[in-house]
Amino acid sequence: MGRNDMSEQANSQIQAASPSFETEVDILTIEHPLREAARMFARNKAAVGGLILLVGILILTLVVPFFYTVDPFDLVWAPLSPPGTENAPFGTDYLGRDILAGIVHGGSATLAVGASAALLAVVIGLSVGSLAGYYGGWVDEVLMRITEFFQVLPTLLFAMVIVALFRPSVATVAFAIGVVSWTAVARLARSEFLRIRSLDYIKAARSISSSNRRIIWLVILPNAMPPLVVQATLAVGGAILFEAGLSFLGLSDPNVMSWGFMIGSSRDYLMDAWWTVTIPGIFIFLTVLSVSLIGDGLNDATNPKLRER
Amino acid sequence: MTEETLLSIENLKVHFPLKTRGFSAPKSFVHAVDGIDLKIAKGKTFGIVGESGSGKTTTALAVMRLVPITSGAITLGDQRLDRLEGEELRRARRHMQIIFQDPYSSLNPRVRAGAIVREPMDLMDVGEKSEREDLVAELFRQVGLRPEQQALFPHQFSGGQRQRIGVARALASQPDLVVCDEPVSALDVAIQAQIINLLRKLQAELGLTYLFISHDLGVVQYICDDIAVMYLGKIVEMGDRISLFKEPLHPYTWALLSAVPSADPALRDRADRIRLQGDPPSPIDPPPGCGFASRCPFSQALCTMEAPQLRTIRTGHSVACHFVSDDGVPPQRKI
Amino acid sequence: MAEPLLEIKDLRVEFDTRDGVATVIDGLDISLYPGEILGIVGESGCGKSMTALSIMRLVPVPPGRIAKGTIRLDGEDLLQVSEKRMRGVRGNAISMIFQEPMTSLNPVFSVGDQIAETILLHEGGSKRAAWQRAVEMLDAVGIPVPEVRAREYPHQMSGGMRQRVMIAMALACQPRVLIADEPTTALDVTVQAQIFDLLKDLQKKTGAVIVLITHDMGAIAEMAQRVVVMYAGRKVEDGPVDEILTNPKHPYTTGLIGCVPHLSADPSEERVPLTDIPGVVPPMTRLGQGCPFAPRCSEAMDKCRLEMPTQSVVGEDHRVSCWLIENDGP
Ligand SMILES: Nc1ncnc2c1ncn2[C@@H]1O[C@H](COP(=O)(O)OP(=O)(O)OP(=O)(O)O)[C@@H](O)[C@H]1O
Ligand SMILES: Nc1ncnc2c1ncn2[C@@H]1O[C@H](COP(=O)(O)OP(=O)(O)OP(=O)(O)O)[C@@H](O)[C@H]1O
Ligand code: SF4
Ligand SMILES: [Mg+2]
Ligand SMILES: [Mg+2]
Repeated sequence: MGRNDMSEQANSQIQAASPSFETEVDILTIEHPLREAARMFARNKAAVGGLILLVGILILTLVVPFFYTVDPFDLVWAPLSPPGTENAPFGTDYLGRDILAGIVHGGSATLAVGASAALLAVVIGLSVGSLAGYYGGWVDEVLMRITEFFQVLPTLLFAMVIVALFRPSVATVAFAIGVVSWTAVARLARSEFLRIRSLDYIKAARSISSSNRRIIWLVILPNAMPPLVVQATLAVGGAILFEAGLSFLGLSDPNVMSWGFMIGSSRDYLMDAWWTVTIPGIFIFLTVLSVSLIGDGLNDATNPKLRER
Repeated sequence: MTEETLLSIENLKVHFPLKTRGFSAPKSFVHAVDGIDLKIAKGKTFGIVGESGSGKTTTALAVMRLVPITSGAITLGDQRLDRLEGEELRRARRHMQIIFQDPYSSLNPRVRAGAIVREPMDLMDVGEKSEREDLVAELFRQVGLRPEQQALFPHQFSGGQRQRIGVARALASQPDLVVCDEPVSALDVAIQAQIINLLRKLQAELGLTYLFISHDLGVVQYICDDIAVMYLGKIVEMGDRISLFKEPLHPYTWALLSAVPSADPALRDRADRIRLQGDPPSPIDPPPGCGFASRCPFSQALCTMEAPQLRTIRTGHSVACHFVSDDGVPPQRKI
Repeated sequence: MAEPLLEIKDLRVEFDTRDGVATVIDGLDISLYPGEILGIVGESGCGKSMTALSIMRLVPVPPGRIAKGTIRLDGEDLLQVSEKRMRGVRGNAISMIFQEPMTSLNPVFSVGDQIAETILLHEGGSKRAAWQRAVEMLDAVGIPVPEVRAREYPHQMSGGMRQRVMIAMALACQPRVLIADEPTTALDVTVQAQIFDLLKDLQKKTGAVIVLITHDMGAIAEMAQRVVVMYAGRKVEDGPVDEILTNPKHPYTTGLIGCVPHLSADPSEERVPLTDIPGVVPPMTRLGQGCPFAPRCSEAMDKCRLEMPTQSVVGEDHRVSCWLIENDGP
């Protein structure tokens, strides 16, 4: 009784002593994790640079085509004119096609292949990895054997086979790239699910009768998201490079202009007309760079270990 | 005095298979819990102490049906928990809840505190939907948080406050049994006292029964009514708090008591303190005989051949050691 | 009293954080006398490890810095000497063991190699002699069959064994000061008791001064002769252990002793509620100019919130920083 009184009294005294002591702490630290991540991201100069770069590239490939209406397949000037030529500021290729037009109109195909291939890789990888990591045991064994099988396949060769079997088109190329590059996502998702599955809040979720479906989708997945988002951005970059590689080997839709196609079709002129290959190459480089800078920034921003102290 | 038993465990075994390389290799098992019996009276606190790896957490998780049970019976009230599956198990979970050790990993970082406490009510149909909001606010008050803190995320609380959220979540389904797995071990001493006082207050108010796990003998002595000492998956001694601490019988219990650094000079300078050598043996395919034999200062040939059974020495006090005499003289006092 | 071996005076350590400058240690005075074990207790975050790191001059710079003060070892101010000289002091005159032995041992070298390496680094000599000494050290810390164990890797050992290896390594060069930062928190009580016995034994044999950092008053009672109680980076009370345990003056010390249920050989039926120190340690960036404990103190007065208490001497070698003492007189 006496003791309780004392601590009651102590409590009220503390409140009197510094009425805002506890609330102050709360208000100062009140911040949604997503908002905190956004703030951390904004503090990262490289990541913000990457974001600006990507926005610039998106404008170039999605908006500029409406203003710069030169058809990238039209022969506009003398073949292999160097950059700075009137009418063709980036020069022309071996047929006299405007390289600037190629850059402007070909970007969307490149980005579309990159994004949809990455999406496919994430969907397959996430499904395989989450099931393997969550259920473990023989499910894990089987799924991981399959993953290993895809991992040891020579990816470029396998993608070439797929593209050659079907007609090369944006969709088949995206499909082929997606099918060969999901394994990294699957491994990451598996390890994240394995890690989180053993945490106490999953036991807590089970002890309050949550179903497996609920635990996988509503409890583990949101917590596994940060590294997966990073992995997805890396997959986008990888897919763009892959598309360039396939095009370079002549395995892309000849009727659709893309940066990879530009490099692929001009590869024989690299020595005589560097700009025909280098200019689209620079744009691919900038795109991949911007996406991986953003990925890095997201990683840092969502990694609690790097926050604060 | 008749006491109603709330939880009873009979010959519980939990063995984890070890990953084996190849198919022909014989399977090894971790004997995490290797045949324990205990009974917890309604409204009481039952403590389990023991070395790291002795199977305390595994016992708790088995009671919660969160690890596969190898054999044995667990009865809560009049329900055989070990036999429940599917929908029945889901419904039974209401009656038992757990508080974890680590206040950081036990709360989903993406869910607000209020939702964490409300979730069990929604999933297990506690009360009317319309009442739940008030119930959550009331729980927050009961565990010493302010209801307006419901909107915060776990990382915005201190360790002690997070543990309070964990307590509120455990109480949300109005359980009979609350399993506390080292609920204060990860907290600072001053915060420990806050949580211990809270748990005692809640028990008095709500008539809760606790299965309380800890490796801190001081805490166990303070909060528990009956205590089991575990070593290598088995209970080596069990008794009420007065009897167990006044007259410990098993050499391991005695060693444990001797090892606790004490502020009490009387306890510190006792001449008959014993010190153990070495580390506990591995629970993987343990040898026959007394699990403590390899470290026990009193072990003899019999100890390594035959496992001592838990026998009752006096009311409410039993021990598993060959060399405790039937009238309760432990080996250390003879020497 | 004898001359102190190591003397910390008016130490101040600051950290740059998002919320401004955090003064994690302020106005700290600690003296170490030859042949003693000194305990440092306090809640998590009160600056115990930072004190140890300051002595080793291992405070991470930036974001941290030692802003003020002197740390004299035999009259030499360690905060002024060159980094090169400091490397000679670390692991040699002063060495340290940490809470988690696994992270402070290198997983890819055998433990014998690691101890021998330390010896070679500080004392030179032949590889063979160093290895021999390493085996002797392992023997001295009670590792059975040391010749064999020396060839093992850290992951092959139990937590208690690893902590023994850490102690062997720390003692390899006969340090005069050994700082043990919560050396047993990761261990079982029975193993903790072994480590404590070992430390006491070695202290008697080598005469090294031991600084034992812990949050367990029981461990202090068992091990130390003198104790420093810290709160929020400040020393609130220090004195002989028996005196502090039986006659604590600072409300925080009283709380620290009363809030733990101490194991008793003769428990009674009745159980009084534990002393409740409400609230938590305030963030170091937002300490006012008053006593840092005032917001949690049941005895706080207006003066406490406005002015930092000064140190008063309340007994032989017993000092307290609290306005209550000032008011009552010693
Ligand atoms: N899922 C598992 N698979 C295999 N072995 C396990 C598993 N869970 C626990 N174990 C083993 O079972 C034994 C008992 O573990 P348990 O966690 O119950 O010990 P504990 O008494 O709670 O210890 P602590 O004090 O360290 O928490 C240990 O040896 C542990 O390694
Ligand atoms: N890199 C850092 N940046 C900012 N503050 C820091 C940093 N490192 C430590 N601190 C702060 O310094 C203070 C003292 O920390 P210290 O590690 O000395 O505490 P401690 O008493 O050893 O606690 P514990 O018992 O948890 O080990 C803490 O408040 C901590 O938040
Ligand atoms: S049975 Fe033998 S080994 Fe086991 S505790 Fe008793 S005396 Fe020791
Ligand atoms: Mg455990
Ligand atoms: Mg520390």
